[in-house]
This record gives sequence, C-alpha cells and structure tokens, in this order.
Amino acid sequence: MKLVERLLTGDRRAIARLITIIENDGAEAQEALAALYPHTGQAHIVGVTGAPGTGKSTLVNELAKVYRKRDRTVGIIAVDPTSPFSGGALLGDRIRMRDLSGDAGIFIRSMATRGSLGGLARSTADAVKVLDAAGYQTIIVETVGAGQSEVDIAKAAHITIVVEAPGLGDEIQAFKAGITEIADIFVVNKADREGADRTAMALQMILDLDHSSHLSSQTPEWRPPVCKTIALHGEGVGAVVEAVEEHAAHLRESGNLQRRERERIERELRSIITQEMTRSFFERLDEAQFDSLVDSIIRRELDPHSAATILLKG
Amino acid sequence: MFEKEKLAEIKEELDKWEETTLQKTLNRFPERRDTFITTSSAPVERLYTPLDIAGLDYERDLGFPGQYPFTRGVHPTMHRGRLWTMRMFAGFGTAEETNARYKYLLEHGETGLSVAFDMPTLYGYDTDDPQAEGEFGKCGVAVSSLADMELLFDDIPVDEITTSMTINSPAAVTWAMYIAAAEKRGIPMEVLGGTIQNDILKEYVAQKEFIFPPKPSMRLVVDTFEFGARHLPKWNTISISGYHIREAGATAAQELAFTLADGFEYVKAGMERGLDVDEFAPRLSFFFNAHNDFFEEIAKYRAARRIWAREMRERFGAKNPRSWWMRFHTQTAGCSLTAQQPENNIVRTAIQALAAVLGGTQSLHTNSMDEALALPSESAVRIALRTQQIIAHESGVVNTVDPLAGSYFVEALTNRMEEEAYEYFRKIESLGGMLGAIERGFPQREIAESAYRYQREIDTGQRTVVGVNDYLTEEHVTIPLLEIDREGEQRQRERLARVRRERDNELVAQRLEALREAAQGTDNLMPYILDAVRAYATLGEICGVFREVFGEYREPVIL
Amino acid sequence: MPEKKIRVLIAKPGLDGHDRGAKVVARALRDAGMEVIYTGLRQTPEMIVEAALQEDVDVVGLSILSGAHTTLFPRIANLLKDNGLDDVLVLAGGIIPDEDVPALNELGVRGIFGPGTSTEKIVKFIEEEIGKR
Repeated sequence: MKLVERLLTGDRRAIARLITIIENDGAEAQEALAALYPHTGQAHIVGVTGAPGTGKSTLVNELAKVYRKRDRTVGIIAVDPTSPFSGGALLGDRIRMRDLSGDAGIFIRSMATRGSLGGLARSTADAVKVLDAAGYQTIIVETVGAGQSEVDIAKAAHITIVVEAPGLGDEIQAFKAGITEIADIFVVNKADREGADRTAMALQMILDLDHSSHLSSQTPEWRPPVCKTIALHGEGVGAVVEAVEEHAAHLRESGNLQRRERERIERELRSIITQEMTRSFFERLDEAQFDSLVDSIIRRELDPHSAATILLKG
Repeated sequence: MFEKEKLAEIKEELDKWEETTLQKTLNRFPERRDTFITTSSAPVERLYTPLDIAGLDYERDLGFPGQYPFTRGVHPTMHRGRLWTMRMFAGFGTAEETNARYKYLLEHGETGLSVAFDMPTLYGYDTDDPQAEGEFGKCGVAVSSLADMELLFDDIPVDEITTSMTINSPAAVTWAMYIAAAEKRGIPMEVLGGTIQNDILKEYVAQKEFIFPPKPSMRLVVDTFEFGARHLPKWNTISISGYHIREAGATAAQELAFTLADGFEYVKAGMERGLDVDEFAPRLSFFFNAHNDFFEEIAKYRAARRIWAREMRERFGAKNPRSWWMRFHTQTAGCSLTAQQPENNIVRTAIQALAAVLGGTQSLHTNSMDEALALPSESAVRIALRTQQIIAHESGVVNTVDPLAGSYFVEALTNRMEEEAYEYFRKIESLGGMLGAIERGFPQREIAESAYRYQREIDTGQRTVVGVNDYLTEEHVTIPLLEIDREGEQRQRERLARVRRERDNELVAQRLEALREAAQGTDNLMPYILDAVRAYATLGEICGVFREVFGEYREPVIL
Repeated sequence: MPEKKIRVLIAKPGLDGHDRGAKVVARALRDAGMEVIYTGLRQTPEMIVEAALQEDVDVVGLSILSGAHTTLFPRIANLLKDNGLDDVLVLAGGIIPDEDVPALNELGVRGIFGPGTSTEKIVKFIEEEIGKR
C-alpha cells in the first residue's frame, strides 16, 4: 500500500493519513493494517490514565521531554470523550504540549472515543500500530480515567501509569474508580499541593492490601512504585521514566513479557473476531423478522433469549 | 422600609390587578415573549413593587453617598462636585503618533490620559523581538525603553494630569519608565497621579496576557503596592478589572463576583506581605464594563460598592474609610459593538455610558463606533468623547446623586446581584480562593459557558442584535478608518537600535544582574527595575530576566 | 459503526489572547458533530501547520483580532503548501478589515467570518465545502 510505503520512509503526512483511515474503519483500514503489521512490535507502549484535573497532559509533555533527552522518539495519542449528544468532540490536550513542537522526533495525535464505551477509542490500539510501524520507540497513550477505559488501556499498553493528585476529593480517585489494580506505577502529581503525602501514603496502604491478598494484579512480583511529581516544573519526572524502564526490564527478565504479549494478542484477536461477528450478523439481519420477534417479546409470547436463539440459528 | 400592613394591602391590590386589569390586556394580546431576560440571561419580572424590596433598610442598605456602605456613591457630592474623568483609552504605532493623539484628545476636552500598548509591549517583548513579528503598533503604542516613554509624554503636563496605563504582566516596568521619564523632567514621583492596571489575576481568567506564573506575578503586584504606598501616594497601583472578564463572555453577576474575588485575593496578598491594610487599600481601584442592559449595569455598580465596603470593613478589618471605597473606571462594552452598520454603535455607547454615569463611575472611556473594524479614527473618537460631554452637560442626570435609588426594580436588582455574587464567593472560597479557583479552571469555564449560551441566544434569534440578526441592510456602510503609519515600525526599530548603541552597556549589564539577584530573593523589585530603566535597559531585557527567574505560565486545558 | 468525522483545527496565531470567539466556534462545531482540536494561545505558524499535519484535519480555522494577520497568514499559507496541505480548507475569523480580504483569498483563505457571524453559518459553510470533496 502506497501510504504505508511512504510511512516507512518517514513521511509524517502518511502517518497522519493512515491514522485517519484506520479511525474511519473502511475497507482501506484493513488493507493498511495488514501492510503495517509486519513492521510493528518494537515500540514500548505506555498508558497514562487518571481522573480529570490530575495533570496528565502536563505529565505526558514532561515524560516526552525526558525521553527525547535520552534520544528516544516519542509518539503521543491523547484520547478525549466524544459527546454522546452530538457525536462531536473538543480535543485540547495539545495545549499542554507546546514544548514538544518543532521536534521531528515527536508525533502527537488527538483522538475522540467516537462512541466506544471507555476512554479509549476502538481504533486507538490500531493507531498505536501506525506509530509503531513508523518507528516511534515510545508511544504514550493518554486517556481520561473513569473506569472502563483504563482497563482497556491496561490491556493495550505494556505499562500503565495511574495519575493521582491531592485536593480532588477525600478519596483516592483511582480507588473510587476501582482501577488501582491496573496500575504498574502510581504518580502523585501536583505534589506541592497540600495532602500529597497523605495521598501517597494512602496508595501505599492500598498496595499493601493488594500485595498481601494476591501477588500484584498486572505484573507478577512487581510492586507498583508511588512516585511524586510536580509535572508543571518537570520535577520527579525523571524518576517516573526510570520506573518505567525498570518495569520493562523486569518484564523481560521474568519472562513475563512474552506471556503478556501473547495474552494481549489473544485478547485482541478475540475482540476483533467478536466485533466482526457482531457486525456481520447485524448486516445480514432481517429487520422485519427482528421487529416481529420484538413484538412477540412485548406481548410476552416469547422471551428474549429464545428470540435470540431463533435469530442466531437463522 | 415599608410597614407590614401596607405591604399586605399592596399585595392584595397587586393580586387584584393581575386578575383584572392585567388579565384583560393579556386576553387581548399576550406579551411579546414568554420570558424577558437581561443581557446576562437573567429573568426580569413584569413589574416591581415595594413587595420586592420589603426587607430594605434605608440606613443599612443604602445610606448616604460618601458614607458606609456607599451604595449611593463613594463621594458625598458625586458628579455635582466633580465630573467623572473623561479618559479615552488610546495608543497605536509609535510614541510620536500616540503623543499627537493624546494632544488631540486633551484639546477636545478629555480630562485624563489612558495608554494602550501594543501586543509585544504587553507581553514584555521589544519591537525587534522575533515573537513580535507582525504585531508592532497594531492595537496600541510600542514602548520598548525609557526613550519611547519620554517621547510618549513629550510636552504633556504629567504633574497636572493623571495617566492610566493598561498593562499587566510588565506593569511594574512601564510604571518605572513613566516615573523615570517624569524624573528627567524634574517632576518628583510623589506628585504623580495615575493608575497601572497591574491586575494579573484577571489575565489568567480572561485577557490572557500573562507571562509569569501566579506566585511571582503576585509578588510583583505586592511590590508595587508597597512602593506606591511609600513613594507615590497619589497613584492607584492596581485597577482590579471586570471589563475583560465581561468581554470574554461573563454575565454581569460573574463580572461582579470574579472581580471582587480578585480584589480579596490582592488584599490578602498585601496583608501577607506584612502591610497594614489601610496602607495600601485606599489606592486599590476598580475597572468595570458598561454593557447593554441599562438597569442591570447600574445595579451591578451599586452592589459592588456595598459589597466591597462591607468586606473591607468586616472581613479585612480596614479602619480608614478610604479603604472601604470602591472607586472605579468604566469602559463601555467593546464586545457589544457591531461591524455591521457601525454608526449604530454611537447609540449603544451612549446608552452604556449613561448607565455608567448613573452607576456612579469616577472615570469613563467611551468606545468609538469603528471599534469592530479598526482602532478609532479621529472623528470617531471625537464623537465618543462628545457623548460623555453631552451626558455631563445636557442630560441632567448629574444634577442629583444616585437618582435611581429607591426604584423598586433597581434596588431589587442590586440585591439580587449581591446575592449572586456571594454565592460565587462561597464557591470560590471552597476552591481555595481565587488563586485556587483559577488553578482549577472554575472562572474560565463559567465564562466560556456564558459566552456560548449568549451566542446560542443570538443564533437562535432569541436575542436580537440590531443590524446583525435583524434590521439588516444591503448597503455596505463604509466609514473612514484609521491608517497605521507603515514607516513607524522602521523608525521604532532604529530608535531602539540607537538606544542600545548609545547607552552605557556595562551599566545596563550590572543593573540587570542586580535585578536578577533581587528577583531570586525577596527584596521589593521596584527600586531595581527603576535603576535598570534609568540606564535604558529595555522592556524586553528586563522581562527577559524575569522570564528566566520566574518561568513562564502555561495555559491550562479549559475548553 | 465506521464513520467519517470532519476534523477541524482551531488556532490562535500570534500574541492575541482573545479566545472567546475561538472557543465559542469550537463548541459550536463540536455540537455539529465535528472533532475540534483547539491549539490554545500563542501559536507560531510552524506550530499551527505541524498540528494541522499531525491531526490530518479537513479544516484549519484561524482566529485573530490583533491585526497581525497581514504578517502571519501568508506565513501559515506558505507552510501549509510546503507541507502538502494545500487541500485543507482554511478559514479565518476575528478582526480582519474588508480591504485585506482579497489578499487573504488569494493566499487560500476560503472563508472569512468576522464579528456578527452566526455559528450556524460557519457550520454550514464547512459542511458544504467538505461535502463537495
């Protein structure tokens, strides 16, 4: 595919166009992915999630700067929610990333969730592949943390950073959202604010509980560190990158990397199959038959499960 | 203010009126709309009666002008004693061109000066800075060094006339230039009167001409409070502004609340420095917008006076009555003016100016009709000035103080404004004061929502803008526009180059180094800035030192 | 459900800090179902074009009230061309005198929406123009 060839030579417009094609999910998308896939697998994918107001974009901006200093190229995908009413979206994460402009070793793309239930667009994982094939060594995916999405991100990334900030309420936001398990690293950002130490301690306590009940969730034998940062000033960010590298090393050495990769690919394959089957089923569906079955259900002549069996058999 | 029985009587009669007289008319034809709203989308009732201000206590809530709580005015005689200062905001191109405009305005009767600076200057950049490209002189005058300031006020009696400078992040620097320029003419700083806007908090909220982060910016502001208190007793070291907040789309209540909340933050900061509140509070001044809704604006100013007086006395413990005065400058609403049928803007401005005068303003700028198209031409600005003069000398509204007091509507509106402001104060306090609220994006979001709602009202026809979504004309009205002298930028660059060549560069380097050290410490920076300015260090060089030491503020993601 | 969205970049070139209009338009476009990337203030021409390229936008909307458009817009137009982005629909809003409009049209600015423009007009314009492609 022409665009893919251009991408492989470093053509940035091709990268951008390919991400769009994949987002729009037409026939071209599959063709593109097929051509890209052999070139993927090198990038280190870092997920960054957390409640609004925790300073994620600023942190991502600073992480990218640290990586650039270490001569690593960085791709960034910033995901924001699509409005359920209008189908449109306001994407503003670039506002916080002006430091990264003019650097050919950085590529930033904003994506809207487009109706997907979590904080990740359905096509985010595929967009990551585009950046991976284009040679970006670290790819940071930033999402709004509110529950479902973070689980998505944990599955799509090699490492997940959960960002907290003091002063956003009495509870640890991540705990409230039930996502402490997906964190490989906790970052307490805005650490100059009152309550930062308490937040960090609370996180340690949660980790102690987890640790005693079962070996850590995401990555066996890895206790997520709790890092304090003031992303606005770039403070503490270096330590976060160190922790990311340690985690990567740990995965490799423990042999878990391959296992997780395999699990990830299995999940992805199943997910695609499910999506395809669902799509194909509904494309072939006889609407009239469907409507008539719905009528039967309403009249209590039939129950939904039996109706489904009829449709699936047919 | 009214006896219980009388009120009950009135209520009965009101009900009767609604059921009979009113109903008869409504049966014949309904009102033109279901709800009537102000410019701020706040509902307005059909009729206001004593019932709406039943709890009003004249002495407690209104009082007398020049006396606590100042609802009726900060001075006993108000405009009978002294007319408001007619102060027309002006500036464009080079210092020479602006100097000529100032002389024109003074000739035509303005009584105070007001400086508009260009974008690069507002952001602390010299004219030849790469960031300044394309921006020279377009929305104000370029001032890069003391030399420009001297030219700007050449032949203007700054010892007799007051000057307001609309500049924020680099305000301390241009203030120092103004002081140094006067000094060179033998005018000591103690006699200088004027204002620097110097209100950094509203920059983060609305005008967005910030440079440094909040903490060091507040430090600079308090440095000016301190310096002003000690050395320039006639100078208003800050003009706490609502104008820009309103222009950004805020409602009247938001303008009122956010402005006063900013004020509280400044008072806190001054006191934290160890200053006695009465040392600096008398020189805090305010700046409000005069938008379309006549009565809402008047209520806003009156509520502002009452709230500020109360908070200064009760909350901050100020003892000097001057600390309780909410003195303000007003500018008519730029955002209300249209590019279509620009002559209509003369009318809008007149109505808005009238509201400001009836609201008790101390100083007033009236916009010119061509504001939506370009900077004001001479003829347009003259009409704007005449507008003020006609109000002052022909309309009769200045013959008595606070004529609208006692109006059931105006007093009810004033009360409501005050209540809404206090609701906002509670919310802001819960976020850690205005600084905390700004960090969390609260005022910015409120403003963006209001702006959007306002535009929707226009787009759906719920709100009429004459000449824009109704009463359109085919004909395209052209009015003479101001032309900016294109050679001006070249002259300015040459002057700047000459200044850099001819000054004692070693001395400049020393002064900048001393400034840098002081900036890293806790000394009051004004003396160091003055020293640098006197040596002809440029605005860009001084702000460059601050940029290095303080860092630059990053805009948060608030859409 | 696969769907094409119109992607719009709203940018504030130069030092002008008046973002009321840019934000109102951004919201209106979002409410019309478009994906709007807002760059924030103080964007250089280079930053704007870089964002347009990476975000693969269909439309670039430039908002400027400071009068600096005469210098900045030509730079932006040239950079768009250099980067192969001349098929992007370029619009402008803010304070742009009538006499400057022809020159801007020459540069490739297809729609200029000054004070008083309804957001519906802008939405319609974009939908029609993009629809043609």
